[in-house]
Amino acid sequence: MFVPGNSPKMINSADTYGADSLMFDIEDAISITEKDTARHLVANALKAMKFHSETVVRINHPTQTPFGIDDLKVILPAKPCMIRLPKVEDVSEVELVAKEIEKVEKENGWEAGTINVIGAIESVKGLYNVREICKHPRMVAIALGAEDFITDLKTQRTKTGIELYYAREAILMAARDAGIQCMDTVFSDVKDMEGFAAEVTRSRDMGFDGKSVIHPKQITEVHRIYTPDDKQIAKSLKILDAFEDSLKNHKGVLNVDGKMIDKPIVARAQRVIDLAKASGVNVEEKRAQA
Amino acid sequence: MAKTLAKPATAGFEEKNDMLVQVAPNPGKGIEVELTSSPVIKQYGKHIVALIEKIAKDAGFSDVKFQVIDKGAWDYTIEARVVAALERGMQA
Repeated sequence: MFVPGNSPKMINSADTYGADSLMFDIEDAISITEKDTARHLVANALKAMKFHSETVVRINHPTQTPFGIDDLKVILPAKPCMIRLPKVEDVSEVELVAKEIEKVEKENGWEAGTINVIGAIESVKGLYNVREICKHPRMVAIALGAEDFITDLKTQRTKTGIELYYAREAILMAARDAGIQCMDTVFSDVKDMEGFAAEVTRSRDMGFDGKSVIHPKQITEVHRIYTPDDKQIAKSLKILDAFEDSLKNHKGVLNVDGKMIDKPIVARAQRVIDLAKASGVNVEEKRAQA
Repeated sequence: MAKTLAKPATAGFEEKNDMLVQVAPNPGKGIEVELTSSPVIKQYGKHIVALIEKIAKDAGFSDVKFQVIDKGAWDYTIEARVVAALERGMQA
């Protein structure tokens, strides 16, 4: 969930809504006259408060703006889990941020990889370089920033999302190729929960690992849509149990309910169970109920 | 050598959980904090003033006049606003 980085009121309550990740924004949510105050506020919050959610800080771009390097100097010692690099267009920009992170990790005696990077593709140029960007060792996730991207495309957001179809696919494939996570863009109309649910379902079905949100009420809906249902969990457990049994007992071709089970089906079943566990489902309880 | 302010400056907002901090050079008069208003002045007024004085001293300042409007800021916010106001005041 995006949290405006210059609002103590919002920062104070941000951790109470159950977001998996809190993204303190000192970039687009902050006017250019308040960049300095926002970076101090976010850094102090990170140092003073213990957040249950993963913490991310969206900094200003380190070469496209005069603020990004100063952001890193103030934010990195506060040890966020991740830095969100907006409008990334070239892997050299990730490298620049990675070097600053490495310096601070060494100075503080932190393990390498304590702070990682999530990049956001927000331009056509960034999209063309997304594969290389995703493969940088500091990158743990990539996201789509739709508002700037569609401005670059000279179009507008639609309910169908047709204008973002290629970008979503390209980013997703680059993420999968690099073995990192892929996050979908925000849905700005907080009143349209039906449209939001439809978009989250679509991006989940495309393969995205999650959705950025801008309002607490969107969190529950994302969790609901991403949590596998009882039927999916039961089926996946059956497949995984049968697979384990086949390995243990040296069985050849594996069948579950008359259907042949092969490697990709086992991998998908495992993903369902991993997702269920990550969503807080007690999988062992479900197994006992089956 | 103690740091000095080049000009008056402000940081923060008069919004819930925030604090508006105004700083000004105070040559030869030390660190003075005027807590103009706070919803928790009875409970935490002394703490807020002492915290601001400590932040200023720790940052290396000796002569600063603070005028503060508190809207229920937590300590981390107070520190952020004080540091930002001092940084702004140092810029020529």
